[in-house]
Amino acid sequence: MSMQQHPWLLRVENLTKIYGEPGPDTLSKTGPSFESNICPDTDSIVACADVSFDLYPGEVLGIVGESGSGKSTVVKLLCFDMEPSVGNAWLRPYMDGAVDMLHVSGQQKRFIRHHLMGVVYQNPRDGLNFRFSSGGNIAEKLIMAGHMHVGRIRERASFLLEKTEVPIRRMDDLPASFSGGMQQRVQIAKAIANHPPLLFLDEVTTGLDVSVQAKVLDLIRELQQELGVAMIVVSHDLSVIRMLTDRTLVMKNGRVVESGLTDQILQDPQHPYTQLLVSSLL
Amino acid sequence: MTPYTKYQSRYNFAFIDESTKKEIRRKLLKAIAIPGYQVPYSSPEMPIARGWGTGGLHVTLSLIGKEDVLKVIDQGSDASVNACNLREFIQSMTQCQTTYDTVDATLIQSRHRITEEALREDQIFIFQVPQPEPLRSVERYEFKTRQMHGEADYAKMWVSLYESFVRHGDIMLGAGYPVKVNGRYIMAPSPIPRWDIPNLSQAKTLYLFGAGREKRLYAVPPFTTVEPLEFEDVKFNIEQFGDQRCYKTKYTRAFLDELYLDDGSRMHVVNDSNFLDKLEAGAEVNPFFNPYLAKIDL
Amino acid sequence: MGYVAVKGGSDAIHHAGELVEFYRVKEGTTPLEVAQISAQLRLAVDKVIGEGGLYAPEYAAIALKQAEGEVFEAAFILRAFITTLERRYYAEPIQTREMFIRRKISASFREIPGGQVLGPTRDYTQRIMDTAKVNETLEDMKAFLQKFESRLDKNHLQEVTTYAKVIDLLKREGLLQSVAGDEDRTLKDITREAIRFPAPRSARLQMMSRAETGGLMALGYSSMRGFGSDHPTVAELRYGTVPLRIKDPGGRIRYVGKIAVTEAEMISMKKQSKKGEAPLYGIGYGLCFGQNDTKAICMGILDRTMRAPDPSSPPNDQEFVLYHTEGIESMGFTNHLKLPHYVTFQAGLNNVRAAVKRSTQNVVTSAPTVTTQPAVTP
Repeated sequence: MSMQQHPWLLRVENLTKIYGEPGPDTLSKTGPSFESNICPDTDSIVACADVSFDLYPGEVLGIVGESGSGKSTVVKLLCFDMEPSVGNAWLRPYMDGAVDMLHVSGQQKRFIRHHLMGVVYQNPRDGLNFRFSSGGNIAEKLIMAGHMHVGRIRERASFLLEKTEVPIRRMDDLPASFSGGMQQRVQIAKAIANHPPLLFLDEVTTGLDVSVQAKVLDLIRELQQELGVAMIVVSHDLSVIRMLTDRTLVMKNGRVVESGLTDQILQDPQHPYTQLLVSSLL
Repeated sequence: MTPYTKYQSRYNFAFIDESTKKEIRRKLLKAIAIPGYQVPYSSPEMPIARGWGTGGLHVTLSLIGKEDVLKVIDQGSDASVNACNLREFIQSMTQCQTTYDTVDATLIQSRHRITEEALREDQIFIFQVPQPEPLRSVERYEFKTRQMHGEADYAKMWVSLYESFVRHGDIMLGAGYPVKVNGRYIMAPSPIPRWDIPNLSQAKTLYLFGAGREKRLYAVPPFTTVEPLEFEDVKFNIEQFGDQRCYKTKYTRAFLDELYLDDGSRMHVVNDSNFLDKLEAGAEVNPFFNPYLAKIDL
Repeated sequence: MGYVAVKGGSDAIHHAGELVEFYRVKEGTTPLEVAQISAQLRLAVDKVIGEGGLYAPEYAAIALKQAEGEVFEAAFILRAFITTLERRYYAEPIQTREMFIRRKISASFREIPGGQVLGPTRDYTQRIMDTAKVNETLEDMKAFLQKFESRLDKNHLQEVTTYAKVIDLLKREGLLQSVAGDEDRTLKDITREAIRFPAPRSARLQMMSRAETGGLMALGYSSMRGFGSDHPTVAELRYGTVPLRIKDPGGRIRYVGKIAVTEAEMISMKKQSKKGEAPLYGIGYGLCFGQNDTKAICMGILDRTMRAPDPSSPPNDQEFVLYHTEGIESMGFTNHLKLPHYVTFQAGLNNVRAAVKRSTQNVVTSAPTVTTQPAVTP
């Protein structure tokens, strides 16, 4: 692939998250072959383990799996919502990719999070501050990036809301009064406010009506093409993955069981679990 | 009956025992070393209720010596009940001299006002602080606000100013307008009017803040930059009294109190009681001056 | 000086003080003796020493007299008094196993070692107004005492001393959760440094031990009622005296006297995070000066709840519980609202007037274009 000749944007190695006290055999006694991510010795839970991948600029990577497969954990670890047990990650725009971003100070992590990443959560309450107006939510992101001109903040916010098809007259309203689809669009507007090179989308259409889902997915695809932003899309829904992503990781019981180009995975799934997923799609 | 002598109280100089005073002074030094940073301290109980100036008292009583000349003001007035109460208490515990005259004082304890008269290097100005945490309005947990200060994570605070502007067309913060000290910490200046905020910056005097109930001390050392939070296009401003003048002195460049008369009509008068006395007596005054005041016609 | 809203401050304060005194003495009744307060208002004194945080029943009685029976105020006077006292020693930890018991009950078992000792309590009485108290005389009191003492068997008195605890029974059976390894066991002195969060258990217990009974009760009750989930059982509630010892400069432990305390050990089943793990009992501990069952029990409940942090339930939230049950601070701050606030209010008023003016002129719009206020740039 031509993409792979470019230097990676994000490199992830051995990303692992374990809840509870792991024993010496915790990793070897859990995973898809045991149909479990709970260590039989210690009851510790392996949310995800040994996840490694590279993401290229402008690429859209999907992570698919059932609930409890660890797919959301991967995103939460990479956007600093949770601390990994083990693992490293480098982001090219941060220190030219030379410093492991998972092991820097809280202040540095916040810088990375607000300047170099955008996150859209399944639940809008996780991504939006419901005490602030939708414009205020976008302003928060812009202020964090050092914008201190209210007029220009509002110009940018209205531009973003227009892009994400939120009526501009709702800019000064609280998102609590919005429909679920509109809340998601405000979240997207907030996430892309600072032109981040990387966007995380965690089950963003789950819970929305089918017709609304389609519109939000269209919006994401259009924005991706227009902005050229790299994305990691987490979903349990293979049709979302098919619509949005170039490449896919399939996860089960905290491990990656298969990875490759999305088209290939859909046409010729190798792992029995992937085959099951694909057959249920068709 | 218990013999009378058992209950003869002999209080230490300035009420608080010496080891606790020392502790408070150590914490004050730390506060001065890190301008705007809130230093936790012991905050022993005072015979004055919590929320009535105990933090200011701790600072005053731990610093005061026999040679000091004390001034206590409350909402600008030397004669307000709480100012009288605190002044009497400090005086009775130290036998120090007291004054109403800003110029004569070496220590000034104040609730919610800075004097109109400019302060000097040899004076210490002590604020009583009800809520030392400027971020409390956007984050209720102490554990989190300490972290936010540690990481200079102030976006939420700024958004609340943005929201205020959007809702009301201006930043609706009145008394206690948040400021950034020395380019680092956001600090609650105590509920002084915006009028007084510019006088915190690059001042000659040492400003100390005591929040007794919340058990925090902080400081603005002399010649420290203190900036009110403002946007590039939405600026901080001091209170505007329009064309109102002090009905007694016709003075305009001082914070004015509104008085309602029995017939419901309204008049304005200079708030700072000592300053007003001096204006009325035609005495010489040396008020603070700043760019905001420059815009007000005399 | 007729120019301030509050004028003649000093005079006004003194006159107010005189009026307080006038209201106390105007009926011409005989002065209350401090000894009378100590003896006949025993539970009020206990509340004052508990919330004041100073074991000084006699001073508490004086404070109660001075405060016209207002318990908050009396506890406050006692607290302020502490500040003037030089602190020479830290006491050795008191051992409640050495308690000389006046009262000892368990709700968890029918029989406990040493038996249930009801002791002095109104728990099982009908709260019927006893109008006969109006005519009580010294002779009545003497007659009661004589009759009471004549029924005592002086030879049995020394037997009522110390017992094994109910929690020992549970511990022996392996049903009691040991204090978890991740519990912060740092020892803090909350009178010497400001509490910081998350606070170690030592600081939490100290705060609650001095906290206001009603505040602890409101939050403890809320947890049982459903804003939280802890509904514990009284493993044991004890009231009695314990010896107090200090270490002298030579390193010798010396007995300095005894103090009366109430101790509550509350148990409830601890939620288990791991499957298959035994559902052990966890303990919630309460201890306060004097006799105050409500306070010790509610402290025990809140000790349990705060160890299972949950921001959605106020009783499980350290900052919520500890900041707001501190009676002296809450009382002071709520009462400070009576202080003049005219400068502060004026500062807000100025903004509100301007905003009202703008809104009538329809200056604010929710359109994206910004109407910038005329700005003063320093």
